[in-house]
Amino acid sequence: MNLNEEVELLKGVPIFSKVEQARLKLLAFTSERVNFGVGQEVCHQGDPGDTMYVILGGTADVLIDTPSGQISVAEMKRNSFFGEIAILCDVPRTATIKAKEPLATLKITKDMFYRLVAEFPEMAIEIMRELAHRLEDTNQKLRAATRAA
Amino acid sequence: MERSLFSYIWRHSRPEQVVILLLVVLAQIFYFMSLTVPKSVINNGIQGNAFKDSKTIPFLVWELDLSAVFPGRVIRFFDGFQVDQLQYLVVMSFVFLGAVVVNGLFKKTINTQKGRMGERMLRRLRYELYDRILRFPPAHFRKVKQAELATMVKDEVEPLGGFIGDAFVQPMFLGGQALTAIIFIMMQNWLLGIIVIVLLAVQMSIIPRLRKPVLVLGRQRQISARQLAGRIAETADGVHEIHIHGAANYERADISERLGLIFKIRFDLYQKKFVAKFWNNILSQATPFAIYLVGGYFAITGQMDVGAVVGVLLAYKDLPSPIKELIDWDQQRQDVQIKYEQVIDQFQPEGMMPPELQAIPDGPPPPLGKELALAGVVVTEDGRVKQLDNLSLTLQTSSRVAVIGGSGSGKDVLGQVLARQTLPASGSVRVDGKDFFQLPEYVIGARLAYVGQDTYLFPLSVRDNLLFGLKLRPVAPASYDEATKAVRETFWKESVRAGNPAFDPNADWVDYELAGATGPADLLPCMVRALKQVELDEDIYSLGLRGTVDAAQRPDLAEKILKARHTLHEHLQDGTYAGLVEPFNDDHYNKNLSVAENLLFGTALGKQFDGDNLAADPYVMSVLRKTGLDVDLQRMGLSIAETMVELFSGLSPDNPLFEQYSFISADELPNVRLLLQRLGGKGIEAVPEADRIRLMTLPFRYIEARHRLGLIDAAMEERILGARRAFAEGLPANLRDAVEFYDFERYNSAATLQDNILFGRLVYGQAQAGERIGTLIAQVFDELGLRDSVIEVGLEYNVGVGGKRLPASQRQKLGIARALIKRPQLVVVNEAVAMFDGRTQDRIRDNILADASERASGVFWIANRPSQAEPFEQVVVMQGGRVVAQGSPSELAARGGLYTELMASA
Repeated sequence: MNLNEEVELLKGVPIFSKVEQARLKLLAFTSERVNFGVGQEVCHQGDPGDTMYVILGGTADVLIDTPSGQISVAEMKRNSFFGEIAILCDVPRTATIKAKEPLATLKITKDMFYRLVAEFPEMAIEIMRELAHRLEDTNQKLRAATRAA
Repeated sequence: MERSLFSYIWRHSRPEQVVILLLVVLAQIFYFMSLTVPKSVINNGIQGNAFKDSKTIPFLVWELDLSAVFPGRVIRFFDGFQVDQLQYLVVMSFVFLGAVVVNGLFKKTINTQKGRMGERMLRRLRYELYDRILRFPPAHFRKVKQAELATMVKDEVEPLGGFIGDAFVQPMFLGGQALTAIIFIMMQNWLLGIIVIVLLAVQMSIIPRLRKPVLVLGRQRQISARQLAGRIAETADGVHEIHIHGAANYERADISERLGLIFKIRFDLYQKKFVAKFWNNILSQATPFAIYLVGGYFAITGQMDVGAVVGVLLAYKDLPSPIKELIDWDQQRQDVQIKYEQVIDQFQPEGMMPPELQAIPDGPPPPLGKELALAGVVVTEDGRVKQLDNLSLTLQTSSRVAVIGGSGSGKDVLGQVLARQTLPASGSVRVDGKDFFQLPEYVIGARLAYVGQDTYLFPLSVRDNLLFGLKLRPVAPASYDEATKAVRETFWKESVRAGNPAFDPNADWVDYELAGATGPADLLPCMVRALKQVELDEDIYSLGLRGTVDAAQRPDLAEKILKARHTLHEHLQDGTYAGLVEPFNDDHYNKNLSVAENLLFGTALGKQFDGDNLAADPYVMSVLRKTGLDVDLQRMGLSIAETMVELFSGLSPDNPLFEQYSFISADELPNVRLLLQRLGGKGIEAVPEADRIRLMTLPFRYIEARHRLGLIDAAMEERILGARRAFAEGLPANLRDAVEFYDFERYNSAATLQDNILFGRLVYGQAQAGERIGTLIAQVFDELGLRDSVIEVGLEYNVGVGGKRLPASQRQKLGIARALIKRPQLVVVNEAVAMFDGRTQDRIRDNILADASERASGVFWIANRPSQAEPFEQVVVMQGGRVVAQGSPSELAARGGLYTELMASA
């Protein structure tokens, strides 16, 4: 997979959906590609997170700790991504991600992301707009839910 | 040391001075001859004065003229040869030549002798000063600056060397010349003689007086220059603080002030010097003035004939220069005397260690003794605060004791006293009844180990630092071949002549027995054991992996590592490690190497093919042209340039991303953009020749697996492989030594141990590849029993000035290991583990205790945390510089009091 394909995948991430293509290309170029073998953990529930991953290939299990042990709640495939909130604010990982098949990811660190945002403020505006849309969307759903109740 | 430089010189160089003096006297005869012979050559040889009466005259007549005692009585032994004028001329000319040669030889010998004597004395003096530094009381180093000591030993005594050769000879020689001239004048006319003597006396008493201020200023100049050296060293030592606190300009102000002061002193010095010179000239011209006036008066009044006046004047002509030189010599004498005193004063502090305590032991050092008894020990800080107050304590050197107490309890000072780092103001410390402070240093060095909070490491290898404490005496002489041995013997003879010891630093000084080894062969396990006790073995192992081994020097080790490479690559075939390493393979393009590395396919030795030099190398260029790869690379370069311009345009030039990721620097980017605009999408053919070269070098750093621009497809891989082969095959003979090609069956001396065993590259973007392969490598080394050998390579790592190339915690660990490796009878650990984390502190303590109880030796542990005292058999509780309780932990716990309090606080 080369750089241009990676950029296409990044465009699928909502917070990046409106960011200029050239910027995303730079983000992809400066980000590291990390492959995980079967059974390797990408991140662990409860650990502090500061990295976002975009899955370029393979599948991963989403595991949640419960009193009765770890259970798999979902599966992620190519085009999936996780941890996008972690690069905006410090939140602990809400789940454990484990490679089910050999997994290829693009690893975007908070540092690299911030550096680009600092350099290109319009990127921040696009991301803010996207977040505001999401907030509005959630509010509407909340209103609909309260009205229904 | 003698206060007077003269008695110092005389004491140490008497025989040499006498020899030189004799040579000087002897030389005068030939000097005189070389002056008189020309007269005979001109008068008799050329003008023929002696040949007016006869054709020949006798030559080389050997007779004893006794006419002074018995008138007319001459004993003739040999009548001589009869020579005519021409023969006489020839013979006398050769006599002249001979006299000149002999004269020159004398001069050369005398100067050589003088020089050697001076240098020898300088060496002696420097050695004695250094010797004294080693015997300074420890507290003295808090007062002196090291740079000042260095300046004194190195620069300030230097002029003494030049003076020492002339110290006695010069005044004798010049004095003799002056005396002869004065006697001659006295013989001509006693009155004129007296006038000359009086004027000389005036001159010799006034001039030194005028020069006195010059000497005082000279002393100031010396001190201020020494302090400047000290200040500059301080700046270097504290440079981080200066930057952190932004105090650079305050420092500048200080230095400027000092330089101003030095300028003033030096300028005053010049002024005074020239005033003295002025009067010197005036006074030396006063004598001829008196001779003209008085002599002329006598001549006119007829009391003296004109010839005598002229004679006096001629004799006087020879006077001023020796007198002037004598005065100069005297000036120099006073100058070096002051310099000498200035230096000596700094080198005799109170409480110097007597030299006997540092004698070299004849054999293995004796044991320390069984019982250490401190009675009424008082230690004060500059006579005010009592750090130890009348402390009394008895302990067995074989017992394991912990000392606990608050921060002002004086426990650390107690540790320093036991290491003889601090001398008590009163009280006594005795070992089996003997004064502890009078034990020879080798007993302390071999049997008692001390580690404090700060560890100093010498800028040597880890190994040399670790073994530093075992070098008490030369254990086995170095082996030399016959020729070198003769050279060394002469060298040592000279050392002894200059009062230096004839120790050989090339001898083996390591006391293997002390470390528990029998010789160099089984020392390594002892070193590893000491490193393990302080948990430093892992770090040294990592250093070893990054170190290199010269296959020519250690063929055995190189072969073993080659074997490890084979074993590792077998393991890499396993599914668990698949895809983590891409091995170097002659027939494959390595995606995890850059294009340049793929081309070279080896380790660059020296600068020829190293880094960016490769792209500029004419041979590389010729290979690229021949294989046609140059155009491919230009095309790749163009593609990279387009991507870079696309990615990095608009980024501010000082953004760190440029340096980290861009193939084109921020300064160059606008030019490249311009080039691309002009090109307007046309291919590489449209690019001007000059720009093509620049584009061609861009892909050299391109790594397909890392940069992922998809520039290298299978066909391109083949073409680069072709160039790789062409490069290797056509490599000219003179460049053979510039590269060590990758070869699976050959050890590569230029590469690190890790690269040698790995023989490949970690694949980019494999999660935890580095850690997993690191573990695998360690496993392979363990399987093959090579771990210690890797540590051995790591031991060669140079720790840098003050050990700064090691992190602080590793420095401290090495310091503790250095104390443990000599298996001391008693080890004093003075809060030495305080900088480690709590668990490491406890583990190291337990290791030391386990080792000590195995050898039934003692530990004196000054605890930085009271809880550390738990596993010790005995605990000493200190407060306010006194021992307030002592006993086993259970006894103390039962008694309660401060012990319980301290334990609760921990």
